[in-house]
Amino acid sequence: MSASMIFGAQNVSWPLLPSLILVPVATVLVLLVLPKSRPDYLKVVALAGTSVTGALSAYLLWAFNKSDGGLQFVVREAWVEDLGLQWFLAVDGISLFLVVLTGLLFPVTILATDPHHDHKPYYIWLTLLMAGTMGVFMALDMLLFFVFFEVVLVPMYFLIGGWGHGNRVYAALKFFIFTMAGSALMLVALVSTAVLTARSTGNPLTFDVVELAQTQTLGRTAEILIFLAFALGFAVKVPLFPLHTWLPDAHTEAPTAGSVILAGVMLKLGAYGYIRFGLYLFPNAAHSLAWLFLTLAVVGIVYGAVVATMQTDLKRLVAYSSVAHMGFIILGIFAFNSLALQGAVIQMVNHGLSTGALFILVGWIYERRHTREISALGGLQRSAPLFAGIFTLVMLSSIGLPGLNGFVGEFLILIGAFQTVQWFAVVATTGVILAALYLLWAFQRVFHGTPDGENAKMADLRVSELFSIVPLLALIVFLGIYPKPVLERIEPAVNQLLAHVEANVQELDQQEPEAPPVPAGVQQLTEALEGTETGGEGE
Amino acid sequence: MLEAAWLIPALPLTGFLLLVLFGRKLAEPVAGWLATAMMAASFVATVVVFLGLSGREPADRFFLQTIFTWVPAGSFQVDIGFLVDPLSITMSLFITGIGTLIHLYSIGYMHGDPNFSKFFLYLNLFAASMLLLVLGDNLLLTFLGWEGVGLCSYFLISFWFTSDSNASAGKKAFVTNRVGDFGFMLAMFLLFREIGSIRYADIIVGAPGLAIGAATTITLLMLLAATAKSAQIPLFVWLPDAMAGPTPVSALIHAATMVTSGVYLLVRLNPVLGAAEAWSVTLIAWVGALTALAAALAAVVQTDIKKVLAYSTISQLGYLFMAVGVGAYVPAMFHMITHAFFKALLFLGSGSVIHGLDDEQDMRRMGGLAKLMPITAGTFIVGWLAIAGVPPFSGFWSKDEILLYVFDQSPLLWFVGLVTALLTAFYMTRQVILTFFGRQRFFDAHESEIQAAFVTKLEVVNQGFGEARTAVDTSKLAIEKAASDVAKREEGVVTAQLALEEATLAVSGSSPEAEGHEKLVKALNKASKGVPKAESVLTKALAKATEAHQGLQAAEAALVDTAAARRGIEDQRLAAPEVATHPTALSPKPDVSGFEDAMPQSYRDRQEYHPHESPWTMTLPLVVLAGLAFAGGLLNLPFAKNLKFLETWLEPSLFGNERHIGVTTGTKWILAVIAIAVALVAIAAAFAVYLRARRSPASLERSEFGLAVSYDEAIANVAGGPGKRGFDVAAMFDRTVVDGAVNAVPTAVRSAAGWIRLLQPGLVRSYGVMVVLGTGAVTLLLLRSLFL
Repeated sequence: MSASMIFGAQNVSWPLLPSLILVPVATVLVLLVLPKSRPDYLKVVALAGTSVTGALSAYLLWAFNKSDGGLQFVVREAWVEDLGLQWFLAVDGISLFLVVLTGLLFPVTILATDPHHDHKPYYIWLTLLMAGTMGVFMALDMLLFFVFFEVVLVPMYFLIGGWGHGNRVYAALKFFIFTMAGSALMLVALVSTAVLTARSTGNPLTFDVVELAQTQTLGRTAEILIFLAFALGFAVKVPLFPLHTWLPDAHTEAPTAGSVILAGVMLKLGAYGYIRFGLYLFPNAAHSLAWLFLTLAVVGIVYGAVVATMQTDLKRLVAYSSVAHMGFIILGIFAFNSLALQGAVIQMVNHGLSTGALFILVGWIYERRHTREISALGGLQRSAPLFAGIFTLVMLSSIGLPGLNGFVGEFLILIGAFQTVQWFAVVATTGVILAALYLLWAFQRVFHGTPDGENAKMADLRVSELFSIVPLLALIVFLGIYPKPVLERIEPAVNQLLAHVEANVQELDQQEPEAPPVPAGVQQLTEALEGTETGGEGE
Repeated sequence: MLEAAWLIPALPLTGFLLLVLFGRKLAEPVAGWLATAMMAASFVATVVVFLGLSGREPADRFFLQTIFTWVPAGSFQVDIGFLVDPLSITMSLFITGIGTLIHLYSIGYMHGDPNFSKFFLYLNLFAASMLLLVLGDNLLLTFLGWEGVGLCSYFLISFWFTSDSNASAGKKAFVTNRVGDFGFMLAMFLLFREIGSIRYADIIVGAPGLAIGAATTITLLMLLAATAKSAQIPLFVWLPDAMAGPTPVSALIHAATMVTSGVYLLVRLNPVLGAAEAWSVTLIAWVGALTALAAALAAVVQTDIKKVLAYSTISQLGYLFMAVGVGAYVPAMFHMITHAFFKALLFLGSGSVIHGLDDEQDMRRMGGLAKLMPITAGTFIVGWLAIAGVPPFSGFWSKDEILLYVFDQSPLLWFVGLVTALLTAFYMTRQVILTFFGRQRFFDAHESEIQAAFVTKLEVVNQGFGEARTAVDTSKLAIEKAASDVAKREEGVVTAQLALEEATLAVSGSSPEAEGHEKLVKALNKASKGVPKAESVLTKALAKATEAHQGLQAAEAALVDTAAARRGIEDQRLAAPEVATHPTALSPKPDVSGFEDAMPQSYRDRQEYHPHESPWTMTLPLVVLAGLAFAGGLLNLPFAKNLKFLETWLEPSLFGNERHIGVTTGTKWILAVIAIAVALVAIAAAFAVYLRARRSPASLERSEFGLAVSYDEAIANVAGGPGKRGFDVAAMFDRTVVDGAVNAVPTAVRSAAGWIRLLQPGLVRSYGVMVVLGTGAVTLLLLRSLFL
């Protein structure tokens, strides 16, 4: 591919991407020297640092060239030449919005939540987490990516363990061990990729994702094994069924900020990983194993929703809803269809907005009522009508109501997946029914009915709280009605990626990933439907 | 003029936004008037567009207006844009027209509700969504409206959310409709794959080229969607529960507009239906026919004034499905419009009754209201004659048209429709008689109140009985005590007499001169006094004993009396006036004169209540709708081609897919006469039963008629029983099996490799420290290589 794809348009004359990492790092340094006795200063500094980063990410969005599907704002310096390590940062239409989402969610979280104790380390970990998250979405050197991937882990571990609820130590450890197990495999995989590629090409060792993706010299078995190793690490992060059980524990025990960032940003690391290190780096393996991930995704959609329905803890319910929602995103990625992949990318943003907002709202309920047990709550719409109204809006976004953000992504994923992997899309569509079931049932139990005792006295939203969540609400509505600014930036990158896949997968054109066995009754129906397409098989 | 199309949905949407922003600050009537004004303006805009459209040549009556691109994703491009054609404008006209009337009505109906402005906020949002549904130029925008109306329906059914049953009803409506959405979405996916677009313009062009299998599948999927929204078998179960919402909502959403959108969708997609296998379209007709019949049967046995109308709506929507299923799109639209008129009228009328009757919804407690609510009664009667199919009221013309087309396809289908018509006339007559004629039963004691009165009375008498029993016990104790006292006193007398004898003997035995004689005489004197003293004490004790015996007698008598009184009340209770479970106009008033003082507060409050006619904001819409329900037939009179305005008007939207029937004029007349005869017979039968009590209603209102209700209950039982248990099993599986396996791994590792414990002290922080150290080491390594 051409150099323009690698370097893209040089949109700005100064290193914008590094500053997205360095500003939070600098903020951490300032926080380190502040006295821990002044939580107000600490909060202001953390808020300022993350807001500046957020503003920079917004500038990035503005300066981004929307007609270019390649990498932009490329920063590429040799770092450790013996290792082939580069300081290689860039964004394309796929990672752009994850960077912007990170830039948005951190300041909102800091504004909307309060640690209540040990403010100094709390803000330090949170701000450091932002630096790591930014890095992981921009790094295009595998080793650099890995470093950021690990860096992200530590602050989150401490946030859950230090500021969490109840069983926080168990949850933090579970989160840590799950992710570590995944990343250990990933380290082996990325080293193998680099070494095997270097051996077969004779070129010096490199971890450069773009270069490795262009080379494609791995043998089939090696590619599949390495891809699986990567995939396992990402499967934990997403999380895919059956590797999801760390998620309800981590989400439930984590402080609100932890849950928001975990669900809003960090789960996307897995999905993003599948795109960048699956489809892009190992197109053949990803394509031949698509059936596996499609199956797990669809199982996750239905299973996550069913298990969510029966949860008695509101936060745990939201956590399981993430399992279902992330299943849609994985379905969109492995459908190998432009619409579905665009849907998956925009859905990552949507899920970050709506689930982030849901966790903030559940956190506020907990602060007021000191419980998350659905059975202990009730009738809150009477005592806190504004709260209920905003919860309704966010819930509807999560349900995927047309006119709100969640629908656009879900619909594109499903309509795209239907074109290539029909039956997976059909099963996934049942998730639409289930999402309404578990959220409306929970809403009824928490907000409808007649409030008694503490519930009758629950305070409505404060102006400051309203102020902190309004950015999320505004985007939920805006992206539902006018997703064009996002979609038009995603589309070129997605099409470029799929063209790359097509060029590297020999038998892609007509072959569909294996579908599950079709019930006899509908066989006839399918044949009728596919009558126009059978011609391609013989080639 | 056509350029005003965007205003049609934009005006109520503006009303919604204004109410979101300022609703809390607006005083009660203002919010309602704002919303009503927005609807009225939207109606005006629709009329303007209608005039613009009718000014064009018939073939040119299509106008596309694009506002902006909504979802642009490569090959998939969908706009926020409007398709203005005869079909969408016909829908918009009655939606905005009836919508305005119902908004106006609600100002009166919702008077005094603490969430007054919120009600109008939802109502405006509903209207905007409904208009987007019909005006959208693509399936996705229709789907947005489709979901929007569903959402407003959810909000408004559970509007009085503090009651759990209302909240459940709202949820049930939304979730059931989501099942239909599943079909809608898959149909869109399939259309996009086959035609490459989901814009109506492309679908209309591409549908004739569809593979027959694809067209059939799309038809079936859209049928699933339509059965949810338009409450047909198997997904009708949410509509009867939806009556939990305020009555204007039932009229607007659950009778006139939203529930017709399933039919609209099928009519809109007539080119696809035209390309599908014939059996799949016939299936639509049969779904409609069976629903119409089952719901009409259920309506016969309902006692709630709104539930009758709910099942009636399901039944009438069944007619629309029958019509669509035989390709009678124009009759379907015709009956949709007349039904919107008369059913909105009937619902608003029932709302007026409920409003004037202190929220009473049970027809068994109505009757005789014609005198108290003349406007409500008069307009309701117009609605009744319209739905019963009595000429020249509107419902006759439109229903007859459907039956005619159905007959052309299948006499069996026609027969089902005819039986349904018979039932319709019967249950509506029953409703009118029970509500407006006969004796006023509103003030009558309810069965539960009579029972409560006896409970009160029994409580009083039981208290007396208990007291008497205690008195008996007390007297018995007193008798015992008195008896022992008497015995003791008798002993005292004996002792005194013995002492006297002893003293007498001692005195007589000693010489008077002897020393101590005087002492003995003194003792004798004393002893002789002691005897009468002891005797008088004994007398007193005896008197007390007698008294105690008398007390016991009295107490026992009281006990017998109260027991008798209790029996009396029990007898009275057995003979208590029966409150008719199946009342007719002649059912007697239950006589409570014997125990009126014991009647509960609810009964006494009701005696103070004055049933009244509703305010003008409510009666004006009734009068207007009554006019429309009467004259709506003028839209499409069958006598001559040039009287069929609706047919001519809709023709461009149907692309020649309208069925052409070959029925002779003679047959038409015969069918019409049969239909009229059936309606009159049913009305006469209902008069005989409910007005003249010639036959007991109980023998007619058979429980088997409630098949549709039993089906609803069965679904609820399956969902709440095995369904919920299945979900529970999944949650349990996740906790024990999936998570259990995860937790078992470290346990196994730890026990297998004890020496690793040296590295794993089990302290969480130490893991963290190790990670930090590790990361630090790597970072150091990197930094060193960078700088050295």
